[in-house]
Amino acid sequence: MADTNPIKQFEVHELVPFEAFGLNLAFTNSSFFMMLTTVLTVLLFTLAMSSRALVPNRAQSVAEIIYGFVADMLRSTAGPDALRFFPFVFTLFIFILVANMLGMFPYFPGPGLHSFTITSHLIVTVALAMLVWLTVIIYGVFKNGPKFLKLFVPSGVPGYILPFVSLIEVISFISRPISHSVRLFANMLAGHILLKVFAGFIVMLGAGLGVGGYVLGIAPFAMTLGLTALEFLVAFLQAYVFAILTCIYLSDALHPGH
Amino acid sequence: MTHAPHSDVAQHAAEAAHGAAEAVFPPFDPTYFASQLFWLAIFFVILYVALDRFILPKIKTTIEDRRDRIADDLDAAAQAKADAEAAGEAYEKALAEARAKAHVIAADTRKALDAEIAKETAEVEAELASKQEASEAAIRKAKDKAFAEVRGIAATATAAAVEALAGVEITEADAGKTVDGLIKAKEA
Repeated sequence: MADTNPIKQFEVHELVPFEAFGLNLAFTNSSFFMMLTTVLTVLLFTLAMSSRALVPNRAQSVAEIIYGFVADMLRSTAGPDALRFFPFVFTLFIFILVANMLGMFPYFPGPGLHSFTITSHLIVTVALAMLVWLTVIIYGVFKNGPKFLKLFVPSGVPGYILPFVSLIEVISFISRPISHSVRLFANMLAGHILLKVFAGFIVMLGAGLGVGGYVLGIAPFAMTLGLTALEFLVAFLQAYVFAILTCIYLSDALHPGH
Repeated sequence: MTHAPHSDVAQHAAEAAHGAAEAVFPPFDPTYFASQLFWLAIFFVILYVALDRFILPKIKTTIEDRRDRIADDLDAAAQAKADAEAAGEAYEKALAEARAKAHVIAADTRKALDAEIAKETAEVEAELASKQEASEAAIRKAKDKAFAEVRGIAATATAAAVEALAGVEITEADAGKTVDGLIKAKEA
């Protein structure tokens, strides 16, 4: 009988043990899905752009639409000079999107025959969020020097409440990587738990009540179906939200005096 | 965590609860944090480099080539339209010029013909006038001659009449004087 533990899908298994610098750097199923995300993205884009036709076919259209989507998002939120970060934002968006979509497979011809959502691990989303946050700080200081601190001193605020506003700005800036990473992580985690819980109900009903249970299982099955559709939306939406927040944060590095 | 094919729900739930209490929630399990960060860094960097170096420039040039091609085609179309309009204008101009030229030629021809007609008319009129003058002169001459002859005849006839009636022979010269006097008296 299938395992109905909704947490099991998040377990990391070692596939190829590997240690370096006294750290366990084993190649795990998580690493496998990171690799798959990268390989699949490169492969699909390369295939889609292989013809480079004047009149694009479907695959090329999709590649160009994603390109235009991310470019417009970056240009509209952070301005045209933010396009230097386009490869970075594009990589973040497509990496999270493909990883989220790969996580939607209920079964997968990979290790353990089940899918693994790498964005459902806080360490991964924290790493990505910290990457954005540090990019903003390093580039912001490098480009603007001390003017970068203007970020914490909004213009047009009366002097007597400025210290409080600055304090709030500093706190909000520091908490950015937390909200940025937890938003993605929690959405993916909760969605996948919910899917597994409702799918598990079908199995539990069948195991407990026999054939009648499986008939009753139609209700959680319908729920699972609806949730799956919702999760596809969430998988895309969270990749988009992560990318657009990245754009907004990068805008601060480019134009700190807002 | 494998289960016997027919484990009941209660047993399963108990096992799940037991497992949850014992094991760390996998997303917060630090055992593989280093591994995940390590492999994430590797594959994220590979993806970044592949996209930045190869894929994104390819998409960019494809889109730009298409935009340029469309712009070029639009330019070519605008050029062709301008050419066609210029050709149309040239045609209209040539037509107007030809029409004006035709007007000039017609006017010139008419003027030339008018001049010729006027000239010929004048010549004919002059000829007729000179002929008329000559005729009038001839008639006047003939009249004068006739008058002169009439005076002689009258004088002769007067002399003859005076001789026959009065038997007085007068010279024709005298008779002539009388006739002249009569003519003068009559003319006066």
